[in-house]
Amino acid sequence: MSRRPYARPITSEWIFRHPRYIRYMVREFSCLFIGGWTLLMVWGFKALSEGPAAWAAFLELLQTPASIVFHLLTLAFAAYHSVTWFNLTPKALPVQLGEEFLPDRVISGAHFAAWAAVSAGLLYFAGAF
Amino acid sequence: MRQVELEVLRYNPETDREPHFQRYAVDCQEEWVVLDALNHVKETLDPTLSYRWSCHMAVCGSCGMMVNGEPKLACKAFLRDYPGVIRVEPLRHFPVERDLVTVIDDFVAKLARVKPYLIPKDKAPEAAEFRQTPAQLKRYKQFTLCINCMLCYAACPEYGLIPKYLGPAAIALAHRWNRDSRDGGRDARQEELAATEGAWECSFVGACSEVCPEHVDPAGAIQQVKIESTVDWYQAHLMPWTKK
Amino acid sequence: METHSADVAIIGAGGAGLRAAIALAQSAPSLRIALISKVYPMRSHTCAAEGGAAGVIKPDDSLEHHFNDTVGGGDWLSDQDAVDYFIREAPTELLQLEHWGCPWSREADGSVAVRPFGGMKKQRTWFAADKSGFHILHTLFQTSLQFPSIQRFDEFYATDLLVEDGRCVGLTAIEMRSGQMRWFDARAVIIAGGGAGRMFPFTTNGAIKTGDGMALAYRAGVPLKDMEFVQYHPTGLPSTGTLLTEACRGEGGVLLNKNGRRFLQDYGMGPETPLGKPVLKTMELGPRDRVSQAFWHEQRKGNAIATRWGDAMLLDMRHLGEKTINERLPLVRDMSISYMGVDPVTDPVPVRPVVHYMMGGIHTDINAATSLPGLYAAGECACVSINGANRLGSNSLTELLVFGRRAAVSALEYLQQGGRPAGGAALAEAAQARVRELVQRTGGTESVAGLRKEMMQAMEEHAGIYRSGEGLAAACAKLGELRQRYRRIELHDKTNVYNTDLLQALELGSMLDCAEAVVQSAAARKESRGAHQRLDFPGRDDRQFLRHSLAAYAGEGPPRVSYRDVVITRSPPGVRDYSGGHE
Repeated sequence: MSRRPYARPITSEWIFRHPRYIRYMVREFSCLFIGGWTLLMVWGFKALSEGPAAWAAFLELLQTPASIVFHLLTLAFAAYHSVTWFNLTPKALPVQLGEEFLPDRVISGAHFAAWAAVSAGLLYFAGAF
Repeated sequence: MRQVELEVLRYNPETDREPHFQRYAVDCQEEWVVLDALNHVKETLDPTLSYRWSCHMAVCGSCGMMVNGEPKLACKAFLRDYPGVIRVEPLRHFPVERDLVTVIDDFVAKLARVKPYLIPKDKAPEAAEFRQTPAQLKRYKQFTLCINCMLCYAACPEYGLIPKYLGPAAIALAHRWNRDSRDGGRDARQEELAATEGAWECSFVGACSEVCPEHVDPAGAIQQVKIESTVDWYQAHLMPWTKK
Repeated sequence: METHSADVAIIGAGGAGLRAAIALAQSAPSLRIALISKVYPMRSHTCAAEGGAAGVIKPDDSLEHHFNDTVGGGDWLSDQDAVDYFIREAPTELLQLEHWGCPWSREADGSVAVRPFGGMKKQRTWFAADKSGFHILHTLFQTSLQFPSIQRFDEFYATDLLVEDGRCVGLTAIEMRSGQMRWFDARAVIIAGGGAGRMFPFTTNGAIKTGDGMALAYRAGVPLKDMEFVQYHPTGLPSTGTLLTEACRGEGGVLLNKNGRRFLQDYGMGPETPLGKPVLKTMELGPRDRVSQAFWHEQRKGNAIATRWGDAMLLDMRHLGEKTINERLPLVRDMSISYMGVDPVTDPVPVRPVVHYMMGGIHTDINAATSLPGLYAAGECACVSINGANRLGSNSLTELLVFGRRAAVSALEYLQQGGRPAGGAALAEAAQARVRELVQRTGGTESVAGLRKEMMQAMEEHAGIYRSGEGLAAACAKLGELRQRYRRIELHDKTNVYNTDLLQALELGSMLDCAEAVVQSAAARKESRGAHQRLDFPGRDDRQFLRHSLAAYAGEGPPRVSYRDVVITRSPPGVRDYSGGHE
């Protein structure tokens, strides 16, 4: 038998082979910030349960430059994740009315609209306006 | 007329320890595709070069290969889109049998596993067709267009990292039958589709749909399978009475 | 040598081979079926068929119409008993495909839709957009996956049929991936190996269509029938030969010369019909032979348009509108843009006649049986004959199904008759030795690419739309010479694994055999009928040539051509009338 199929090694080089893979990895990477922010919130709850002094210290921590930078980054990553995710929704949730499918932008548009509405509602309850 | 430098991966298991690149300078017509250039090499420069091809019209799915790192059908990769040296390699993620020929046993076996045939919901009418409206046809038609060229497998990093993954084309084809109004076989296909190495292995890179030469959108099919499987789970666990 | 035993071995896994395999698997689950193909089934050239498959289904149509269209379209060279069987089985087979899930295009009420096609008096072409062959092939292939008794041998190239005591007892094939020869010890063999368009340089046919199935049977002593009838499809892209389906005209596209005139009206296919309202069986819906011949005359008159790739005519579909083109002809649009840079929505597409289909092939009877017991054939490689001197578009996809199934039924009946001679081992060894000699040969003076080029040139020059005695004599001499020189080819590649140099050498051998049968049969047929047009014999001669030609393999020399009567049951030879005005 002279066959000897050659299996090429898989290295992490693929990430940089095409912008689509970089965009994908950035989307995946965003979870680190979102996860970190979630842990921060858990810490905040803990501080709240420990009394006014702990809570005040926590609030002070939130106002440090490092925390502000972290929040801005998290916001950017969360926004990136959400936007790319909503752009993909037409693939996952096609809607057929009669013979035709709703155009992709209607489906992703509906998601963006819902996102905006929920965000506005939250901001309202938070007293932003 | 333009002279094109082709850099082609060569591998002959009987004479080479491992693959290497070989350069060919080819006089090409402006409108040629990469496949034409390869045929020219085979005919006039090097009869030992091996690759698969047949229809030259993007429907038989034979000539999938990496062209400058992207999975392409060689019969639809126009030389005019590649200004410099053109690097041609066998489809990524598949073992190389010889030169540009890959071993595709894995895909062929996976396709059979998802039961890609009609499992009729109702008995077929006597001497007449199942009725299917244009809307019902359109519901699945896109997923019938898969030519099994496997560019999607070459584009999918999940498949590269986890070879057991069922992969984009096999899932899209299973989904094609699930969405057919004549079919009642979804339960039979779920075992493969809803498994860890089925749709859930997908992390939605979306590369499969980007490289698909027939615009099948396997990524869409996979997400739809995930949603349906999720609904299945909730129905079974939270609303067991809804399950037949 | 590794041996596989099977009850039935099928060579070729396109439409006909898959249909036969499924029929066998369904009839008796215990049968061992070996499905052997030089490519994976989904690569088979059935996938490139675009327009559709003919079968009577609508209430305004009748079997009689389909019969008359087919027989007249074939210029009365079709065997009428075979045509009768074919048209009767056609709707059943197309419905069977529907029941297997083929995504046929539909009417609003959910019934299957049909479209007009050339030479057909009624709309009876079932279609799946303009990828009908693709969908038929994939439906059959995927359906076949549910039958464990179908054992596939993908990428195995069949080299020889084994014939012992006057019966076909198996075959040998090379496993491409290892280069090893395998012996298939089979009680019956079905050949479904497709056509041979690749012997011409300009063809719609894929690279794999090299007449291997025809050549296998021919060398085993089965004659090739009606090989002189080679169909030119009128509308191929001049750049690549890519097919633009007849459905372009079925949907209302028209053909123009350089003056913008719908020139078919000048060749007995008029009067002109209103733009965008195609009338069946006239003008652009005339039969392929007539339309291709009309272009040849226009070219002589200087009415063709000049393109970089030679003379062409224009296929104008602009009036169909973007919506219709996208829905019904999406592939046509895609390919016109990709390979010609012309969008049919906004511009007429240059097209020219291109070699498309072999009406001739392995001589079989109405039951798909050859003259060699145990050997059957179906599909383009076979000649039953239903297509006569000119096939009507959309009859061949149906033929794959009807006669693919028929070949299976016949093979099964043959098995049920019992006995078979033992053996074949020595024959298999000899076949292996022959291929080994070819691979290892040194000191050869000829190259595969060189001989192939000369063959193509001779075929293009002398065996095209119009032929002459002189040209055919030259082609016969040339192909005789190439047959001799073929014995002196030497391969560049003497390794085992996926050796496509060897594959192409073997394919060239098949094509040379088929090509010689074509030119010898064409030289002997001193008349003009259907797709065989002789400048020196412009009329049809029913007295002498209402007969099938049979080209029999003669080893060292050219084939011996003999004749066999056409079966006429109820339609005596008449005039082919495509002037819509007369109806």
